[in-house]
Amino acid sequence: MTSFIRACVFAVIWVAITGSATILNLVFGFAVAALALWVVRGEIDRASRKMRIGRMLSLLVLFIRELAMSAWKVAVLVTRPRLDVKPGIFAFPLTVSRDFEITLLANLITLTPGTLSVDVSADRKFLFVHALDASDIDATKREIADGFERKILEAFE
Amino acid sequence: MDLVVALVVSVLVLAGACFSLIAAIGINRLPDLYTRMHAASKAGTVGSGLLLLAVGVYAGDLPVLARAIAGFLFFVLTAPVSAHLLAVAARRAGYPMSEHSLHDEMKAHEESI
Repeated sequence: MTSFIRACVFAVIWVAITGSATILNLVFGFAVAALALWVVRGEIDRASRKMRIGRMLSLLVLFIRELAMSAWKVAVLVTRPRLDVKPGIFAFPLTVSRDFEITLLANLITLTPGTLSVDVSADRKFLFVHALDASDIDATKREIADGFERKILEAFE
Repeated sequence: MDLVVALVVSVLVLAGACFSLIAAIGINRLPDLYTRMHAASKAGTVGSGLLLLAVGVYAGDLPVLARAIAGFLFFVLTAPVSAHLLAVAARRAGYPMSEHSLHDEMKAHEESI
């Protein structure tokens, strides 16, 4: 039943995005949504145990702010006459454990100021992060742990 | 009203173009692939996102705006993945980090296994 509702919501979004509000297009959107949901059926049940809309919105706001700041920092860095970079790779110890959360965290880290996730260790305990400014990696690690990782835990655990 | 829309669109287009230019400058100036990916994934995403938003606002049409926002969301979803995959590929191929680099905890971790 919940997957039926989900497919309906996706069908409405499909109609909004394709921009033709006909019955035929709605049915087609529903078929595409049902197919897409069927492909990821195993992931959905695990991911949607508890979703907190408020916390997810706060994660989104944090993310947009960080993205703007990170683009700005890159802009300031590369337009300076003297290029001042001290890059490095550090290992970030992961608290989140599920694949979906690690992926989300890795993506968020890539779009935040000065950090880019490179790889995850085979045992899923560390995320290797490349930093543009690696002069104080402990502070950077703390920032990620207190910022995005905590928010992800709040939103999905 | 038209003036407000025109102003918003021009600000978005100019800002988007500036960030795209900055991404290009960054790719040229930064010392190695890993640092270049920073410029490409961040300034590039914001630049193209602002340009897409400008298109959506200029059209003044809800479906077009919805598509522009969807396009931006897909940029945000895919840019980090491609940056990450390029970094991993460079790593596996043994591409060295620039000599300015301070740390490489990944290497230490690999050697400890």
